[in-house]
Amino acid sequence: MFEAVAFYLFAFLTITMFFITVTTSQALYALSALAAGMIFISAFFFILGADFLGAVQIIVYTGAVMALYAFGMMFFDTTREVKEKQGNKYIIVGLSTLAAVLVVVIFAAPMVSENIVALYPAIEGVGNTQEVGLILFTKYLVPFEVAAIMLLVAMVAGIVLAGKKMDLSITLMNDAEIEEQNNTKVLS
Amino acid sequence: MMEIGLNHYLVLSTILFAIGLVGVMRRKNLLLLFFATEILLNAVNVAFAAISHYYGDLTGQMFAFFVIAIAASEVAVGLGLLIVWYKRHSSIDLDALTAMKG
Repeated sequence: MFEAVAFYLFAFLTITMFFITVTTSQALYALSALAAGMIFISAFFFILGADFLGAVQIIVYTGAVMALYAFGMMFFDTTREVKEKQGNKYIIVGLSTLAAVLVVVIFAAPMVSENIVALYPAIEGVGNTQEVGLILFTKYLVPFEVAAIMLLVAMVAGIVLAGKKMDLSITLMNDAEIEEQNNTKVLS
Repeated sequence: MMEIGLNHYLVLSTILFAIGLVGVMRRKNLLLLFFATEILLNAVNVAFAAISHYYGDLTGQMFAFFVIAIAASEVAVGLGLLIVWYKRHSSIDLDALTAMKG
């Protein structure tokens, strides 16, 4: 009973928030609605008993990722309206067909997977965080370390890209100007 | 009706994924396109956690954990690229992104 009420309440809230995100014309409203939706998503993780994942969702998504987006938004002139016109009809029809096939596959998946056996079954009498830690540092240690290195590389790449001097654009110059730029660089 | 099963969570995940897909298809603002991508990743995470719970297997939670790590690094690199693009062209309109057009 309690679980059902919580599920329907948070499902309604999450869908509403994400719907606002994709339909609003204001980037700031989209950001706020997305952050709220992320917090409501973590409620599903808590209902499903994945406490550690719920905590990570709140800390990483609504804490780090949303802060990064808010920081990035300061660079852009988001008050200016971006023209929203409809793209190619065939692409939209194709992607909609793909989405319909995906829905059918998702509904069929629990029926064809009746006799699945858990590879790493949940341990009795142990908290979720301890279970996750046990599996993460035994079976998934190498992917975990690779993910750590990937995050480091992504962080360095982000800093290098954002800190770059971008006062001249080679793509918008013609050949003579690029040649002249190269000559002055050699001389100086 | 009152018993919440795996199907409920899969339907919810599908709805959220469809919302994200609509966002990716229709938006022309690159920043909002990034938001729609985050919705797609979150929809997948809900499905992973639900399957992990109903089959009593922790692998789903591991994958959701790695998806969050991937999303975080995607934001770091993507936002850096977006800032570079905005510095050059002073616009984040997707239709203006024609520099690599053949």
